[in-house]
Amino acid sequence: MEKRVFFRNWWLPYLLVAPQVVITLVFFIWPAYQALEMSFFIEDAFGFSRNFVGFENFTRLFSDPGYLRSFWTTLVFGLTVTFLSMSMALALAVAANRVVRSATTYRTFLIWPYAVAPALAGVLWFFMMNPSLGIVAYMLESIWGYDWNHYINGNQALMMVIIAAAWKQISYNFLFFLAGLQSIPKSMIEAAAIDGASPTRRFWTIVFPLLSPTTFFLLVVNLVYAFFDTFAIIHATTSGGPADATSILVYRVYSTGFVGQDYGSSAAQSVVLMALVIGLTFVQFRYIERRVQY
Amino acid sequence: MTFRVLAAATAVSVIAVAAHAQDRTEIQFWHAMGGQLGEQTDAFATDFNALQDQCTVTSIYQGDYTDTMTSAIAAFRAGEQPHIVQVFEVGTATMMSAADNGAVYPVYELMADQGTDFDESSYLPGVISYYSDTEGNLLSLPFNSSTPVMWINVTALEENGLEIPTTWDEVVEAARVLKDAGFTSPFGQGWQSWTMIENYSAWHDLPIGTMENGFAGTQTELLINNEHVVNHIQRLADMAEEGLYAYGGRQGDSRPQFVNGEAAMWINSSAYYGGFVADIQDFEFTQAPMPYDPAVRSEPQNSIIGGATLWVLRGHDDAEYACTAQFLEYLSQTEVQADWAQSTGYVPITLAAADLMEERGFFTDNPGTDVAVAQLTLNEPTSNSRGLRFGNFVQIRDVINEELEAVWAGDKTAEEAMNAAVERGNELLRRFEAAN
Amino acid sequence: MVENRPWLGVLTHATLILGVAFLCFPVWMALVASTHPGEALSRSPIPLWFGDQGWENYAQLLTEGSPAVGGVDLSTMLLNSFIMAIGITVGKIAISLISAFAIVYFRFPFRMLFFWLIFITLMLPVEVRILPTYDVVASLGMLNSYSGLIIPLIASATATFLFRQFFLTIPDELVEAARIDRAGPIRFFWDILLPLSKTNIAALFIILFIYGWNQYLWPFLITTDQDLYTIVMGIQRMVNVGEGLPIWHLTMGTAILAMVPPVLVVLAMQRLFVKGLVESEK
Repeated sequence: MEKRVFFRNWWLPYLLVAPQVVITLVFFIWPAYQALEMSFFIEDAFGFSRNFVGFENFTRLFSDPGYLRSFWTTLVFGLTVTFLSMSMALALAVAANRVVRSATTYRTFLIWPYAVAPALAGVLWFFMMNPSLGIVAYMLESIWGYDWNHYINGNQALMMVIIAAAWKQISYNFLFFLAGLQSIPKSMIEAAAIDGASPTRRFWTIVFPLLSPTTFFLLVVNLVYAFFDTFAIIHATTSGGPADATSILVYRVYSTGFVGQDYGSSAAQSVVLMALVIGLTFVQFRYIERRVQY
Repeated sequence: MTFRVLAAATAVSVIAVAAHAQDRTEIQFWHAMGGQLGEQTDAFATDFNALQDQCTVTSIYQGDYTDTMTSAIAAFRAGEQPHIVQVFEVGTATMMSAADNGAVYPVYELMADQGTDFDESSYLPGVISYYSDTEGNLLSLPFNSSTPVMWINVTALEENGLEIPTTWDEVVEAARVLKDAGFTSPFGQGWQSWTMIENYSAWHDLPIGTMENGFAGTQTELLINNEHVVNHIQRLADMAEEGLYAYGGRQGDSRPQFVNGEAAMWINSSAYYGGFVADIQDFEFTQAPMPYDPAVRSEPQNSIIGGATLWVLRGHDDAEYACTAQFLEYLSQTEVQADWAQSTGYVPITLAAADLMEERGFFTDNPGTDVAVAQLTLNEPTSNSRGLRFGNFVQIRDVINEELEAVWAGDKTAEEAMNAAVERGNELLRRFEAAN
Repeated sequence: MVENRPWLGVLTHATLILGVAFLCFPVWMALVASTHPGEALSRSPIPLWFGDQGWENYAQLLTEGSPAVGGVDLSTMLLNSFIMAIGITVGKIAISLISAFAIVYFRFPFRMLFFWLIFITLMLPVEVRILPTYDVVASLGMLNSYSGLIIPLIASATATFLFRQFFLTIPDELVEAARIDRAGPIRFFWDILLPLSKTNIAALFIILFIYGWNQYLWPFLITTDQDLYTIVMGIQRMVNVGEGLPIWHLTMGTAILAMVPPVLVVLAMQRLFVKGLVESEK
C-alpha cells in the first residue's frame, strides 16, 4: 500500500527519520555487530587482552552439555508458558463472551495483570511459593503432604517460573481472544445451534477454527515473550538455579557475560539468539503480510 | 548497640558539617553487605565522615557478592569504577590478574604512597596469606572474614540427651536420634562448595587443586574428586536419602532451617552470629568446631577463611587516594575491628582486635564465639589449608553447586558428580589461563 | 445467547470467578503481607488477613526505604521510574510519528532502506545484545544518567508501523487540499495529521508507559548510583539480600507500590488501553 499523493522536499524527510535511524544505528545495529565480532575472541575480565580464537566460542558452546540443556529448558519453558496462558485465557474469554451482565466487571478484574512487570510477577510467586513460609508451599504440604522446595528441586523451580510467567500473560491473551470471539458473527453460531449442535461441538467446529488467526498470532507473541521478556522473572527469583534448571537461553547470555565475565562465549550466545529471533520475526512478519492482504 | 548510637550521633554531626560539604573529596565504596551487616557497613562510612572534614565516603550496596564484583568490573571497563570495592575471596584470582594489568591499586602500595602507617604483621597470618602476592605484599584489605562452623541448637541436643558431635559419624548418629524426636531435617548446610568441599579438604589437609591450590601458578587442576571428598559427599547424599539432611539451597538460603528449628546442626559461616542473636528467641544456640573424619586424618588441620576484602581500583586522582587510604586506615583500627567482629560474628582480623575482645570479656560472655578463630589458628597452615587461588572460581563454584545439586536430587552419584565437577572446572581453569 | 442451559451459566461464572481469583490471589497475599510487622512473616502459616502495620510499613518505605538494601527511599525510586517511563513514552511516540510521516508522505532515496533498518530493531531485543549495548552507552558517558536510561530504548518499530498503517488510511484528498491551500508538509503534519492521530497517540501512550515503567534489565545494568534506581529493578535488591533473609513485609510493600501506577493507568483508561494493545500488535 502506498500513497499516490506526497510532498516534495529533498532534505526534510531525512531530518524526520534521522532520530529514529541514528538511535537504531547506535544502540541496535552497532552493538549487534560488536556482538558478532566479539564472538570470535576471548577476553579477560577487565578488558586488557583480547585473543582471536575463530569459531572456538561456538564449537565450545555446542559441545557444552549445559548450553544444550538450556536449549531444552527454554523450549519446555516457552511451550508450557504459551500453552498454559493461552488455554486459560481462551477459557476465560469464551466465558466472558457468554455473560451479558457484569461482563465489564469481569473484564476489569481480568486485564490488570498486564500492567504488572514480569520481575514483580516473579517476586509475587516467589513469595507465595517460598518453602518456609509461602502460602502455596504450606497448602501443598498440609493438604497433600507434598514437599515443595524450589531451592533444591529443579523441576519445581521451573514450574514456579512457568506459573509466574503464564500468570502475567493471561490478561494479554484474554483480550485478544475476546476481541477475536466478538468478531465472529452471531448468525453463524445460531445457524449451528438450530441444526442441533451442542455448545461444545459448536465451539470446536466453528468458533475455534475461526479464531485460528488470533491463535496463531498469539502463539508467536507468547513464544517471543517466553523466550525473551521473562529474563526478569528468572533473574529476580531463581537466578537460573538450582543446578541451572531455570537457565533459559536469554538468562545464560547475561550470566555468562556479566557474572562469568566470559565475554566471548556470551557474544557467541547473543549471535545464536539473534538468529533465533530473526527466524521468529520472519514467521510473524510473513503472517502479518498475509493478513494485510485480507 | 554501639553502632546505632554512633550512627545517630554521626547523623547529627553530618548535618553540622554539611555546610563544608562542597570542599570535601568524595570517594565511592561499593559493598555487598545486605541486611543488618549492610546497616553496620554504612555506619562505618557515616562515622568516618563525621570524624574528619576532608573526605566523604559514599557507601553503596550493590547487591550480593557476585553482583557487586560484576558491577565493579563492568564499571571499570566503562571508566566509572568506584575507589573501593568489596570482593569475595573466590574473586581473588581475577582481581590479582587485574593487579598485574594495572587495574588494581595494591593496598600495600597505596599505603606506602600515601605515607600511611600500616603494619601487615598485625593481621592474623591465615587471613593475610590468602590475599598477598608471591612476595608477601598485601594486595587488598581484609574486611570481613569468617570461617565455617557448626551451628548447634543446644536446646534440641540437650532435650534428647545428646553431646555436641565432634566427628561425622557422631553427626550421623545424633541426626538419627533427632529425626526420631521429630526434626524434619536434623542436619543442614549452606555455601556448600565452601563448607563441604573446600573446607572439608583443608580441615583434613587434602589438596583442593594442584600447584598448592593455585598459589604456585595458573596451570592448576582440581583434585576434588579424590576418594575422601567423594565419600563425604556420598555420606551426605545417603543422609538425605534417610531424611537426616535436606538441602536448603545455595549460599545462605537454608538459614530458615536452623532459625525455624527444622535443623539442629547446621554448618555455615560464623558470620551468621549477629543475625541469629536478633532472630532466634525460642532456643539456645552455640557454635562448635566442624566435625571431622578420624579415618581420613587423626586430627583436624585448620579451616580456611571466606568473606571478602576491599580492593582499591586505579584511575582516580591523588587527593581521592589520600582519602581512600585514610578510610582504610580507619577500618583497620582495633576498636572498629573489635566492634565489627563482636556484633557480626566475623573473625577479628587483627591480633590486637582479638585481644581487645578477650579483654572486654566477649568470648567468655558469649560461649562459642571463639570457635572460628580457634579453627583458623588450630595449626600452622599447610599448602593444602592456606586457602585457594583459582581463576574463574566464581563459575567453578557454580559448576560445583550444579553438580552437588544433581547429587542431592538423586540424579548422580557423588563420584559421577565430582568427576564431572573436576572436568568442567578444569576447562574453566584453562579458559582463564587463555584469557589472562 | 442462543439457548438456555442453566449448567452452562453456572460453569461460565465459575470459570470467570476462578480466573479472577487466580489472578488476584498473589496480589492479595502481597497486600496482606505488607501490612504486617516483619516477625509475623518469619514462619508458616503466614497471615491471610491484614495486620495493623500498614501505615508504618509504607511510611517507612516512602521516606527512608529498607535499611537492608542501602536504604534508598521509594519516593526517589518512584520518581525515577516515572521520569524514565514518561521519557521513553514521549520519545518513542515523537520519533515514531515523524519517521512514519516521512516514510508515508515523502518519496526519497533510501526510503525503503530506512524502513527496513527500523524494522530490524524488532529482531534485536536488548536482552540478546546486553554486553555490547552496555559498552556503547558506557563509551558515550551515559551510565548513571536519565538520558542513558531513556534514549537507548526509544527506537520503536511497532509505533512507527502503527502510525504508518494509520496514515495510510487517511484520505489523499486531505493532502491535496493542503497543497491547494499552499500548506507545507510541516503545517500539514501539525494542523491535520497530529489532531487526527490523537486517539492513536493516547492509546499508544498507555501501552508504552507500561512498557517503560516495567523496564528491568536495562536500569539494572546501567545504574550503580542509588539515586537513579527505579522501583522495578529496586525490588531485585530486596529479594537477593545475600547472607540475610528477604524482609518480606517491606519487599511486598515495594511490589505493591511498584505495580500501582501502571495498573491504575490500565484500569482508569480501560477502553483506550484495549484499543492501544490490540492495534499496536496487529
